[in-house]
Amino acid sequence: MEEKNMITLTIDKHEVTVPAGTMLLDAAKTVGISIPTLCHIDLEGTCVQNMPASCRICVVEIEGRRNLAPACATRVTPGMVVHTNSARVIRARKTVAELMLSDHPNDCLTCPKCSDCELQRLVMRFNIRQMPYNGGEQSERKQELTPAISRNMEKCVYCRRCESVCNNVQSVGVLSAIRRGFNTTIAPTFDKMFTDTNCTYCGQCVAVCPTGALTEHDYTNQLMDDLTNPDKVVIAQPAPAVRFALGEEFGMPAGTIVTGKMATALRDLGFDYAFDTDFAADLTIMEEGTEILQRLNKFLAGDKDVKLPIMTSCCPAWVNFYEHEFPDLLDYPSTAKSPAQMFGAVAKTYWAEKMGIPREKLVVVSIMPCLAKKYEAGRDEFKVNGNPDVDYSISTRELGRLIKRANIDFANLPESDFDSPLGESTGAGAIFGITGGVMEAALRTVYEVHTGKTLPHLEFNDVRGFEGIKEATIDLNGFELKVCVAHTLSNARKVMNALRAGKLNYHVVEVMACPGGCIGGAGQPYHHGNIEILKARAAAVYREDEGKALRKSHQNPDIQKLYKEFLGEPCGEKSHHLLHTHYFDKSIH
Amino acid sequence: MKILSINDLNNLRKRAQQALALREESSDTTSEQCCGLASGADHLQLLCCGGTGCKASNSHKIVDNLKAAIEENGIADKVEVITTGCFGFCEKGPIVKVIPDNTFYTQVKPEDAAEIVKEHIIGGRRVERLLYVDPKTNKTVSDSKHMDFYRKQMRIALRNCGLIDPENIEEYIARDGYQGIANALLNQTPEEVIEIIKASGLRGRGGAGFPTGMKWGFARGYEADEKYVVCNADEGDPGAFMDRSIMEGDPNSVIEAMTVCGYCINSHKGLIYIRAEYPLAVNRLKIAIQQAREYGLLGKKILGTDFDFDIEIRYGAGAFVCGEETALIHSMEGKRGEPTLKPPFPAEAGYNMKPTNVNNVETLANVPIILTKGADWFASIGTEKSKGTKVFALAGKINNVGLIEVPMGTTLREIIYDIGGGVKNGKEFKAVQTGGPSGGCLTQKHLDTPIDYEHLAASGSMMGSGGMIVMDEDDCMVSVAKFYLEFTCDESCGKCTPCRIGNKRMLEILTRITEGKGTMEDLDRLKELGEIIKDTALCGLGQTSPNPVLSTINNFWDEYVEHVKQHTCRAKQCKALVTYSIEASKCKGCGACARKCPANAIMGDIRKPHIINPFECIRCGMCKSNCRFDAISVY
Repeated sequence: MEEKNMITLTIDKHEVTVPAGTMLLDAAKTVGISIPTLCHIDLEGTCVQNMPASCRICVVEIEGRRNLAPACATRVTPGMVVHTNSARVIRARKTVAELMLSDHPNDCLTCPKCSDCELQRLVMRFNIRQMPYNGGEQSERKQELTPAISRNMEKCVYCRRCESVCNNVQSVGVLSAIRRGFNTTIAPTFDKMFTDTNCTYCGQCVAVCPTGALTEHDYTNQLMDDLTNPDKVVIAQPAPAVRFALGEEFGMPAGTIVTGKMATALRDLGFDYAFDTDFAADLTIMEEGTEILQRLNKFLAGDKDVKLPIMTSCCPAWVNFYEHEFPDLLDYPSTAKSPAQMFGAVAKTYWAEKMGIPREKLVVVSIMPCLAKKYEAGRDEFKVNGNPDVDYSISTRELGRLIKRANIDFANLPESDFDSPLGESTGAGAIFGITGGVMEAALRTVYEVHTGKTLPHLEFNDVRGFEGIKEATIDLNGFELKVCVAHTLSNARKVMNALRAGKLNYHVVEVMACPGGCIGGAGQPYHHGNIEILKARAAAVYREDEGKALRKSHQNPDIQKLYKEFLGEPCGEKSHHLLHTHYFDKSIH
Repeated sequence: MKILSINDLNNLRKRAQQALALREESSDTTSEQCCGLASGADHLQLLCCGGTGCKASNSHKIVDNLKAAIEENGIADKVEVITTGCFGFCEKGPIVKVIPDNTFYTQVKPEDAAEIVKEHIIGGRRVERLLYVDPKTNKTVSDSKHMDFYRKQMRIALRNCGLIDPENIEEYIARDGYQGIANALLNQTPEEVIEIIKASGLRGRGGAGFPTGMKWGFARGYEADEKYVVCNADEGDPGAFMDRSIMEGDPNSVIEAMTVCGYCINSHKGLIYIRAEYPLAVNRLKIAIQQAREYGLLGKKILGTDFDFDIEIRYGAGAFVCGEETALIHSMEGKRGEPTLKPPFPAEAGYNMKPTNVNNVETLANVPIILTKGADWFASIGTEKSKGTKVFALAGKINNVGLIEVPMGTTLREIIYDIGGGVKNGKEFKAVQTGGPSGGCLTQKHLDTPIDYEHLAASGSMMGSGGMIVMDEDDCMVSVAKFYLEFTCDESCGKCTPCRIGNKRMLEILTRITEGKGTMEDLDRLKELGEIIKDTALCGLGQTSPNPVLSTINNFWDEYVEHVKQHTCRAKQCKALVTYSIEASKCKGCGACARKCPANAIMGDIRKPHIINPFECIRCGMCKSNCRFDAISVY
């Protein structure tokens, strides 16, 4: 009942009426007052939330209160009189920012987060031109370069967003505060390296880090070397979710679809061929869909030992997660490799043979919304004689930087198509980049193959949206197929715990580690806590799907050709060798 | 035996009171005569302090030796030895008190035990050399009631400390223990009990002074399947040990009060959060909890009613910030000991997000006696807004170091000069620090300030948990401020920016000043930064951490300026600012200084004046303290 009560208060001479329970920060927004924040993040509609009220940047003055109050975590009360920009407030905020700067390196110009750094923005906003507390000791914190994530905790401002995400959103629990006072740092237990923990490299800590403390492992220099090396044939495969976000790096509105411009830019950058991971997404559906049907048929034939639910295996952070935490359940996920790895395997065999390019001369670069892909590309089981199927992976952000470095005016580029034959894709491939998308793509094919009927409606609305765990039931000729879609690893853990407890009643489960799926991936342009950006990307995904002439993976003519010319049949012997993998017990406990 | 009714309790009380009668009677009388078996006494008791301080001085061996001597003399049927809690007069510990003549032996050693038994207990002659000597009159005082240290004290929270055996619940019951909970359970509604606590004016003794009854009322107002009563025994102020003493000397008062609180807020589970480095207090609490369970005063159907309540002990690792109630709760939950923003207050969402009431030990120790003696009685003590008494840990440059309890409104002068016996070695009083790292330094001009929550705050300090450290002319106020800030920097959890970085920067500035490298701008910056940290920090620790600096800047501005402008420290405490030298006219060339100098900085031929090499000198002061001719000067 209390939640419905409306409360009237005064903020900077504006009379504001908001529901009880509203925080001052949000109440101020309703009258156009944007109070600066740093530690606070609230990706509304997802579980990404951090409000420890600890940075003290958002402090405001409340009449009758002894000290300043954090607007992000102070609830409105009736008759409250709030000043968000009094001299006392401005002075305090500025001093707090100055204190942060005094424990922060001074190398903004060469920082990977330069111009995208929330601390830097505050410094500009507060007009800080001197650093009065400089010269003091700086806290000692570790640096680490993992295959996926670069950690430079000297730049940590202790907002603890990463800690919230790692614990509450992902339930991985690698990051927490250790030591105390000035020596506090956010790190794995005992200040271990990420590589010695059960970090999944989901990179969501990077996605929310306001400064340059957590960033991606940058492979752009290596890529530049390869692109300019005449002995190498360099081919690109951008993931489905990249094209819905890359435009943001160039000031385009979130949700702008830049597929054609991206293909042009890749060639302009010097890639010898611009292919598309969407092609491999269709291929994944053929393999995984067949595997689903095989297990279902066994189940329907009364096989009690068949492992159901089958779980998707496209998301590399999710794969790391179950290898670390659920080694007893490794038989459940599909053995299908991720689209990016399928692409690499096909490119370095089928296509390389076709083109007569020796494996060692061919460089396959994946462009991913993801940081875990960087780790995945380096997995030993994805190498042939030490040569990886995917040589390395760069993120959407890194591609943006490369394009800028190459003097390419991205916004004004003409559009072009991807190269053939690994560039053709359907709408099913396009929706791989969003939570529920892999499931929806699989259902389109599974339904038609199993029932022999044409789907009346291609849209499976029950598996769309940002809800943490979604379920749907699909009628397959009288058989009720129960499916579940989870995004973020904390939701995945709920599903896995239920499975372990024998209480999971689904046939197919899709998991993506990042909130919203790959559109919210850790390699995407920073959302800075703005959920509208994710929503716009999501809308773009479905727009792209609707605009495609073909929307079911099994209709992709180049996929059909690939099977005919090379692979034979889905889940056949060649597929098994090239497109499927196995999992390892990587538990560290 | 289980106490199943009020009758059981009263019968037990009557029986126990007989055992305690000797002590009760003698505490009401003053006897100049020395009692011994030779002078006709037929029953004597020897109370020996079993608090941590006296135990560290081997008081347990005194007890053993006393018992052995009694045994040896075959008088065990007439003489008892009882280990009690702290008497408070720690300066003079270990203490042995003889009942019924109230002879108060001080600084007793284990080897004195036989003499006390032989001379006093058997012979009826006081052991004069162990008696307290009044420094003012130079005469011995045998009865503690005649000592200045005790005369102005009023022991309410400490009422049983130094009187009863804390490991015997019956002695607590004899002192009207568990009458409060019995009466509440049988005759009063929870609301009525809360009203009594409200009317008494009792406020939180942990530092902030929040009205206890109101706090209970809030916790009562929230409905939940589980509620918790938490006793905050994470005493962290440097030098303060009143909570420890209460738990060591009168643990049942805490247990009874928690049970009352449980009844009032409808909770059935109590948790005592105690620092693990209080092993004696932990042990006494465990014994008391066990005995209370055996007597049916904890557990199911207390006193035969339908009320269930039990208590569990939780250990803290001694982090200062865990005295902050939200941090304490997180620590108990197994999380990092960090505060969170209030609201929500623990009364709404505390331990495991359930309604929780957190009270400090001393606060709780007042509750049972308020219930037995009444709210009016308690409210008649103290000042207008601060009722009752407050326990202080008196320390520093004061003659009578110890634990004292005085009515609110007592002045600093009374505490320092009457109870404390004045500044040590006849030195000049300079300041008194109250409230620990959150408090401030008060000066000469505050000596007549009545001590209560409001007056201390108005003077730029605070009550805190009751640390009171006296400083004399040899204390450098910049160094004092630096000491407290070092403590805060060490103990900051690091969560919020102002406390984590701001205090560190203040400490760096202070360090510069004590090294003679400070500037006048530094002083301005200290003040500004201090004000902003107070204004912006997340929890009570950060919001009060600049107090020692700000109050010394306010009260000892000249001293700061001297450090900055003249590069001098008038107290000769800042090593970088002092020079040791040998006055040739006084030096006999004995070489004592050179032999003691750890830095080999002193040179000279024997029987000729020595000199100190200033580049080697580490300013430790060893030479000065070892010179028999007062030849070493510091400037």
